[in-house]
Amino acid sequence: MKKPNDIILHAVTKVAVPIILAFSFHLFFSGHHNPGGGFIGGLAIASALTLLFLAFDIETVRANIGVDFKVVAAIGVLLAVLTGVGSFFFDASFLSHTFDYFNLPIFGKTELATAVLFDVGVALAVIGTSVTTILSISEDR
Amino acid sequence: MVELVLMSSLFLLILSILLTLYRVIKGPSMPDRVQALDAIGINLLAGVAIFAVLLRTSAFLEIILLIGILSFIGTVAFARFIERGVVIERKPVD
Repeated sequence: MKKPNDIILHAVTKVAVPIILAFSFHLFFSGHHNPGGGFIGGLAIASALTLLFLAFDIETVRANIGVDFKVVAAIGVLLAVLTGVGSFFFDASFLSHTFDYFNLPIFGKTELATAVLFDVGVALAVIGTSVTTILSISEDR
Repeated sequence: MVELVLMSSLFLLILSILLTLYRVIKGPSMPDRVQALDAIGINLLAGVAIFAVLLRTSAFLEIILLIGILSFIGTVAFARFIERGVVIERKPVD
């Protein structure tokens, strides 16, 4: 039997995955005021990783990415909880956040919020959980 | 005038989604169903685009990209499953 040839899928994947990752970073940083945020950004990154797993096999992607996604989920939950706890040091209630405007060199006047740190935790938890679920479903042996 | 054109094209898109839904349910073989699902995704994307024009907002443009990405990945996964029987492969055996 002839070996299936998926050079088109490999070529499309190599172009599409950076685009999807850039779009998911845009979704991640457009939280709060626009549609987006940690959860949906993490899901978009997980979909890019799923496309990589579909186009190439599991061992190739694991050799190149080299992170255990269960550990990623655990780190994400830990980071989210720690940013909640961190508001105790400033005599505020749990999970309260603050923001301020800074003059950054390139971006000009920018709003920086501490909720982004919590969103990073949420995104890591979502990436770890969804990729772990997809990989464990696909292991049917 | 423009609104009439937009509404009628929206109506035609809904009609074509219903017709492709018939192909999803009835479709004689599995690739027919997968292609019909992909066509439904594209019709949905066009419908969201027409809504964005109709409501004069740019808030839906990210949804268009997201539907496109998810529909593409879903079609690739279904094609993988039909062709090889597994969705995500192990190391290829030589």
